This record gives sequence, C-alpha cells and structure tokens, in this order.
Amino acid sequence: MSNNGLKSGSNLEKVLKAGHFAFTGECGPPKGANVEHLKEKFEHLRGKVDAVNVTDNQTAVVRMSSAAASAIMAANGIEPNFQMVCRDRNRLAMMADILGVYSLGVRNMLCLSGDHQKFGNHPQSKNVFDIDSIQLIAMVKKMRDEGKFLNDEDIDEPPKMFIGAAANPFADPYEFRVYRLANKIDAGADFIQTQCIYNMPRFRDFIKMAVEMGLTEKAYILAGVTPMKSARMAQYMAKMVPGMDVPEALIERLKGAGKGKQAEEGIKFAIEQIDEFKEMEGVAGVHLMAIEWEHKVPEIAERAGVLPRPQVD
Amino acid sequence: MIIADRKSLEEILDMIKDFKKILLVGCKGCVTVCNVGGEKEVGVLAVILKIARKKEGNPIEIDEKTLERQCDPEYVEQIRDIFDQYDAVLSMACGVGPQFLSEAYPSQRFFPAVDTKFFGGAVQHGIWEERCAGCGTCVIHHYDGLCPIARCSKSLQHGPCGGSADGKCEIAKDVECIWDTIVKKKMEQGRLEDLRTIRAPKDWQTARDGGPRKSIREELVQ
Ligand code: SF4
Ligand code: SF4
Repeated sequence: MSNNGLKSGSNLEKVLKAGHFAFTGECGPPKGANVEHLKEKFEHLRGKVDAVNVTDNQTAVVRMSSAAASAIMAANGIEPNFQMVCRDRNRLAMMADILGVYSLGVRNMLCLSGDHQKFGNHPQSKNVFDIDSIQLIAMVKKMRDEGKFLNDEDIDEPPKMFIGAAANPFADPYEFRVYRLANKIDAGADFIQTQCIYNMPRFRDFIKMAVEMGLTEKAYILAGVTPMKSARMAQYMAKMVPGMDVPEALIERLKGAGKGKQAEEGIKFAIEQIDEFKEMEGVAGVHLMAIEWEHKVPEIAERAGVLPRPQVD
Repeated sequence: MIIADRKSLEEILDMIKDFKKILLVGCKGCVTVCNVGGEKEVGVLAVILKIARKKEGNPIEIDEKTLERQCDPEYVEQIRDIFDQYDAVLSMACGVGPQFLSEAYPSQRFFPAVDTKFFGGAVQHGIWEERCAGCGTCVIHHYDGLCPIARCSKSLQHGPCGGSADGKCEIAKDVECIWDTIVKKKMEQGRLEDLRTIRAPKDWQTARDGGPRKSIREELVQ
C-alpha cells in the first residue's frame, strides 16, 4: 500500500496508528443552508479533536447534507468524519456521494444503518435500506482496496477512506452485541465509535469480551461519551431513546448536584469516564458527542487532559 | 394470504358521492378469510352506506355480489350481464380485484373499498401480522425461517440494529424486533456462528424494484 502503509492518510488514522489516544468530536449540520452557523459550531472544535463527525440527517430530521457540511469543514482545515446512513440512499447514491466527498477532501467516513424515519420530521417518507450498515462497510472497503464499484466495474481513482462503524454495547440482545461488532470489523471497519456510554460496568464487560475475541487488535475502538446537561436530559434519554442505557444512579447523582450545578456534574462524570477510558485495555480513544454543546468541547478536552492534540506526519 | 383493512366510511362515501346506483362486489378469497371483503362484509357495508346516504337525504341503491375470486378472469366474467346497470362498482377485494374488473369492463368505473396491506396471517383471532414482502428471492433459511426483509423495520440482513431493546423494535414498543427473535433462536440452538456470515447486498431486481413482475409457468401456457 502506498501512503506509508496508511489506508487513507487521514489525520485520525495517523493519530491512531501512531498509538495516540484519539479524541474525536461531533457536529450536526444546521437545519438550513446557514454556513456561518455551521462554521461557528465547528470552530469550537478546531485543534481540540482529531476529527469531527458530521451527522447525516440525524434522528431522521432533515438538515444540510453531511456531504456538503463535511466538504465545507475540510475546506476550512478541520478534518471531518463523514457519516452516511442507509436509510436515505440506495447503493448508486451512496457510491456517488462517497466519490463526491472524497474528491472534496474527505478521508474518514462512518457507516450507519440510520434511525428509522418514524423518529424524524418526515415520517411519511419512503425508507431505502437498499443495503445495510455492514454491507456499506464492505462496499467502501471494496471501493478503496479493490478500486471497484459494487458491480465489479473499475473506479477511476478509488476513494481512500478510513472506514468507521458504530457499535451499541447497550442494545439487545446483549450477548450478541460483540458478535455484531465482530461482523463489522470482518466487513472492513478500521475504527469503531460506540454509542454514548453511561453504564460503565456493562461497557467494561463488553470491551473485555472484545479484547478476548481479538477484536481490539483488528480495529480501533473509540468509546462514546456525551456529557449530560441535566438530570432531565438523563431521564429523557433513559426513557425515550431506544437502546440507551442510563443507570438510575447517574440520574440521582445529577439530581443531587442541585439546581444550576447539574451541567457541571454531568461534565465531571464525562471527565471521570475519559480518565478511565485512557487506561482501559482495548479502548483506543474517545468520541465526544457534545450535542448542541460544541462550545463546551474545549473546556472538556482541557480538563480531561487530552490537549494538545498530537501532530502526526 | 393478502391482508386488507376496510377504508373508513367517510372515505367510501366520498368516493361514491356522485352515484345513485352501485354494485358492491366482494371476493371469497383472502379478504373473506381476513373478514374484510367477503359476503358478510359486503352485506354489512351495503346496509351502512344506504343508511348514511338516506340520512344525507341522498338515497343510494346498492346491489350485492360476491365472486369466487376477483383475481381470476373466469370468475370476473360472472358480472358480465349486469356490470353496466350501475353508475359505478365498489370492490371489496384486495387491490388486485378492482384492477381485474377494470380491465375486463373498461367502460365501467371501479372503486376500492379496502386498503390492501400485506402478506400475512392471523396470529390470534382478529389480529393479522405481516410475514412476507414478496421480495422474489426467499432467504428465510438463513434466518431460521424468520424473514428480516419483511419483518425488520429496516430490512436488515445483519441485525439487530442499535435500537433493539427488550425484544422490541426501535420504531414502537408494540413492534417485535424480529432480529432479537432470530438471534435468540440461534443462541438457544447453539448456532450463533450462522450469524457471523457477511452476506452480499440483496439483488432487489426480483422485488418490486425490478419493475412490475410476472410469473410464467411454461407448461401451463396454452
Ligand atoms: S425473504 Fe422475501 S420471499 Fe422470503 S419471506 Fe422474506 S420477503 Fe418473502
Ligand atoms: S430494532 Fe430490530 S426490527 Fe427494528 S429496525 Fe432494528 S433490527 Fe430491525
């Protein structure tokens, strides 16, 4: 492989390959064509993270496309992690968009099934699911490594993507989650970003299984962290978000912090988590999803001791 | 079989509001079995429509007829002598019925009285569930006889997705996550390894995506 043995040459890949503890962030594109708003959001993350996930119609709510927002980010010198869901596009549109974003400088992508459109603001829409997330991973790998489209035709300048996938250790059936992770890695995922973790005992158990199965040798696993802004947010997530595991003890802890101090308590918990992940066998980094809280990322990164971010050539 | 639900009375009344005399045609096939468009339901709907129209001061005349099957030209012929005696014909068969009727009697107008929903069966008295999406290439043997194409909300060939919780699908607490059931069955039977196979993207050409479909049985074609 050219490019010094790198698959994509992305910053995230270089950081992980050099053995640094990776730190990625997230940015949801605006509900409109407001580029200034987008820039304002991702500027908070500049220099604080190794790459920024750009969500793709997250929770099935229509927004500026992740492709365009990723390209704008790349053009502004911040590395995007382009998210793509299987809900909204068939294989033609997916391959076209992968080539498109690659040509605009995108080097990481995260392959997802996507929340069902029933959750979103256009529940009337037709869902696509031509291929699923595992088939998407395999497709991107084929495009990159074999230089071929799904139909085996040659690609004129293959897209060299660093391939990511998601894992939710907290969905059911619990015993199967690590096998699904294994399937994603077999399909070609280079890195994994997990669902937000709140139940630490369960995550420790999950990562232990992944280590025992040798999965953490084959792919980099980034632990998902979302700081809670309030006890109410925690309660909402516990109740309303399928596949989210928020222990009662955490809700109590936030409540106990008292009025006006819950956000700080949420950040404290997130920092404790990050501290533990740094030492945890099998965890290669943290993916910080500070939802509509991008401006807090510099502070959290600072206090978690992950700054400055490594520069790898 | 094909499962349908009757349209609301308001919708049916609106469809036929301009007509004074209609023929209401039922079908003795699937819609009889799922209690939506057989002889009995035809009788009930006719009565309700007549009462509603009478109330509006705009009475309607309705004749009833239930065919063996509306999806078979042989039985569709059974209304040849009477079809043109009506302003319109309302069919209680699945979506296939009123189309076969329309094709056989181009001068008449046909309206659907039911919404055709899915291929499925009764899981208990009065409750029907979807089982097959007619994808044209059956693969349920990979999933222990359970179909994720029709029964997973995302038609995932590798599930369950991250939204599966307590055996339920992320879309609603009253929807089974079929992938949870598939995985549990495999685990119970010690065949979890079956689910470690990465499957190729499905070829949807045999499904509706390949265009309207046809089935030709050469030996039967005369
Ligand atoms: S795999 Fe296709 S043909 Fe078989 S049950 Fe499912 S939808 Fe029907
Ligand atoms: S929760 Fe289960 S049935 Fe629902 S979309 Fe996910 S895998 Fe499919």
